[in-house]
Amino acid sequence: MAMNGKGEELDASKLKVLEFDGIVVGGGGSGLMASLQLAQSGFKTAVVSKVFPTRSHTVSAQGGITCAIQSADPDDDWRWHMYDTVKGSDFIGDQDSIEYMCQEGPKAVFELEHMGLPFSRTEEGKIYQRAFGGQSKDYGKGGQAERTCAAADRTGHALLHTLYQANLKAGTNFLSEWFAVDLVKNGDNQVVGVIAFEIETGEPYFLKSKATVLATGGAGRIYQTTSNAMINTGDGTGMVLRAGFPVQDMEMWQFHPTGIYGHGTLVTEGCRGEGGYLVNKDGERFMERYAPNYKDLASRDVVARSMMLEILEGRGCGPDADHVYLKLDHLGPEIVHKRLPGITELSKTFAHVDPVEHPIPVVPTCHYAMGGIPTNVHGQVLTQATDGTDNVVHGLYAAGEAACVSVHGGNRLGGNSLLDLIVFGRSAGLHIENALKDGITLSKATNDDIDQALVNLNRVNISSTGEDVANVKSELQKNMQLNFGVFRTGDLMEKGLVELENIREKTQNIHLTDKSSRFNTARVEALELLNLIEVAQATAVCANERKESRGAHARDDFQERDDDNWLKHSIYFADTKEVTKRDVNFRPKTVQAFQPIVRSY
Amino acid sequence: MDAIASKSISSINLSIYRYDPDSGKKPYMQDLSIDIPEGQDIMVLDLLNMAKEQDPSISFRRSCGEGVCGSDGMNINGKNGLGCITPLSEALKGNKIVLRPLPGLPVIKDLIVDMKQFVDQYKKIKPYLINDEEKPEREIKQTVEEREKLDGLYECIMCGCCSTACPSFWWNPDKFLGPAALLQAHRFISDSRDTATDERLDQLEDAFSVFKCHGIMNCVSVCPKGLNPTKAINEIKKKLVKRAL
Repeated sequence: MAMNGKGEELDASKLKVLEFDGIVVGGGGSGLMASLQLAQSGFKTAVVSKVFPTRSHTVSAQGGITCAIQSADPDDDWRWHMYDTVKGSDFIGDQDSIEYMCQEGPKAVFELEHMGLPFSRTEEGKIYQRAFGGQSKDYGKGGQAERTCAAADRTGHALLHTLYQANLKAGTNFLSEWFAVDLVKNGDNQVVGVIAFEIETGEPYFLKSKATVLATGGAGRIYQTTSNAMINTGDGTGMVLRAGFPVQDMEMWQFHPTGIYGHGTLVTEGCRGEGGYLVNKDGERFMERYAPNYKDLASRDVVARSMMLEILEGRGCGPDADHVYLKLDHLGPEIVHKRLPGITELSKTFAHVDPVEHPIPVVPTCHYAMGGIPTNVHGQVLTQATDGTDNVVHGLYAAGEAACVSVHGGNRLGGNSLLDLIVFGRSAGLHIENALKDGITLSKATNDDIDQALVNLNRVNISSTGEDVANVKSELQKNMQLNFGVFRTGDLMEKGLVELENIREKTQNIHLTDKSSRFNTARVEALELLNLIEVAQATAVCANERKESRGAHARDDFQERDDDNWLKHSIYFADTKEVTKRDVNFRPKTVQAFQPIVRSY
Repeated sequence: MDAIASKSISSINLSIYRYDPDSGKKPYMQDLSIDIPEGQDIMVLDLLNMAKEQDPSISFRRSCGEGVCGSDGMNINGKNGLGCITPLSEALKGNKIVLRPLPGLPVIKDLIVDMKQFVDQYKKIKPYLINDEEKPEREIKQTVEEREKLDGLYECIMCGCCSTACPSFWWNPDKFLGPAALLQAHRFISDSRDTATDERLDQLEDAFSVFKCHGIMNCVSVCPKGLNPTKAINEIKKKLVKRAL
């Protein structure tokens, strides 16, 4: 029975049921890596994606995958990459996870190459690697490294298409253009699958599964200006919070230095890796002042803040002095066209500028969630008991930007997101594969459990009056932009939190005017708004609670890092709207842990 | 930007194809008047988003908003293109803009077409690297020149603008593979790492799969990524003919 405008409420008896060994919600890089692992092992696997998989946001990644594959430098070492990543995270990245990622990375990158990913090449026929921000040799002592594996400036596109193709070969089932609404959880806190509907028909289903992977990506759409796709609405994060499980480090949002002014679309850090640099209105290469050693290749939080300071101190460019310039014209047409062809296109389209001739106007733009659903290195979702211990949530996994295995901590290094996707998508897949081989069984859910997961969908479907979805979304985005941006301060955040409570009230009272069954994108957008508010509130509460400046979280009222109190993850539950702390992992298996030092570039 | 600013158009007449098969109504064109911010050259997708605020029931696909994901292929004033990277200054005729779904495919609703035929043809060409040799521990080596052969082929975003602008595909969507799938076929034929060139060519050697391309080149003129499927198709044809001689 398709959902329609007759105001009928759905219950467990009205749902069609499909059963799988594993379902993966999300068809981006991490989801397709997990599904590939499962499908290749012969398990009945489905990818549930609200868009056709190659429309997922991984496709927009430009610069590359950072990984010590020893192509540009035969002496490169994954431990140096680990050091950079720990330092980049401002020391709240979990060192067991970072170790796993940096060590396993090369295997995963070569696997992708064998699948056909069209990497750019060196003269010796090896994978091309370029310099990116925050990369060093010899634990910060050997100068700039070149560690980011690239397919021109379209690495994400090349990666996502390659993975989709490999999944076709492996026989993965695709439930393309299906929207997952909520997790089905039983009385023992086990996850048994999801409620989803086929967008084309409006037909609702209970997708039952022994293992559910949330690979739903980011939620940059909580901000007004973002590089994120319109689909990045934190759907998995919303589902987890509604199911009573926590999220971690949600205050940590990366603002990417080079969003195209006025639009938010990104130009890759690879521009600076190839020799481009930022200038203020006086034509000064200002990063030399803020980061004398790394200059324009300091880590992203540092560069974004420096840009904002230039603008706030009146040295911005343009009639409103509200952006700076990214200069590439000195590189010459050959480098720009060969290494940065996509950037040239984007710059012409959105900034009306040919970067070979003129600098690109740029301003920091919301780009990436370092926080998310807490997991261990196997992708198993963790919840926190009242005494502070970690418990695995049975049947639930998360990977990629939606997850927080915490390899990025307070600030992600460029090129580490694609590595995170493939390494932890794969590790989640591997863990599920082993669990299935060990014979895990399907947990049971009662009709009440299923009905519980239908509450939101029903509320939206039967709404007859109330708030306009687009208006409420716009209010939410403005509030986050204004009060929880690059620089934060207690007064503004307090104000923002009050405002968010009002906005939440409105989201509980939204009116879906179009109740039709078929490809009803208004229904999808209404449900996405319910996820955005969960993410926004988690972000806001955690940001206000973390009374220090660390990584991307920069407070005017607490300008120093406070290792005594905040060398910790923040954990947030939606029902209490309270923040607890969780220890950062300082126990890597094969190397000595890196202890916190003053972070300078 | 300047084209709009100088004309100082502030109101656009938007005409959108509307169809919901469930409604029992025939397809119709809905006319909307949309005020746009002055002096700014917004994209067609921005205009559509504004239209959706007026009427939330208008349906279209969109995702990245920067011409990389391929969601929002549509027919804009008679020409296929991506809504998100087509500026109004380029698309407008006077102050009018007509948006229709990509032609030739079944319409699911409004601007949303059923891409099944398109994807099925893509799947037919085995769009993945085939290499049965033992894999090295590191990457399979490829020279800069070998890799350059993939440029202009791997960048396809599967938006469907090309195949749905192709009269040969309209006539034989099940037998003619269409420009998008053939571009992909050539991407794998051209890859020095792929060991299945002969099998790939065998599969294309019939009267329809490739040879129904008559070089009309609509695909080239509409490709939002500036790719050249006709050239790729000609390369395949040449290889097939050379093999037959």
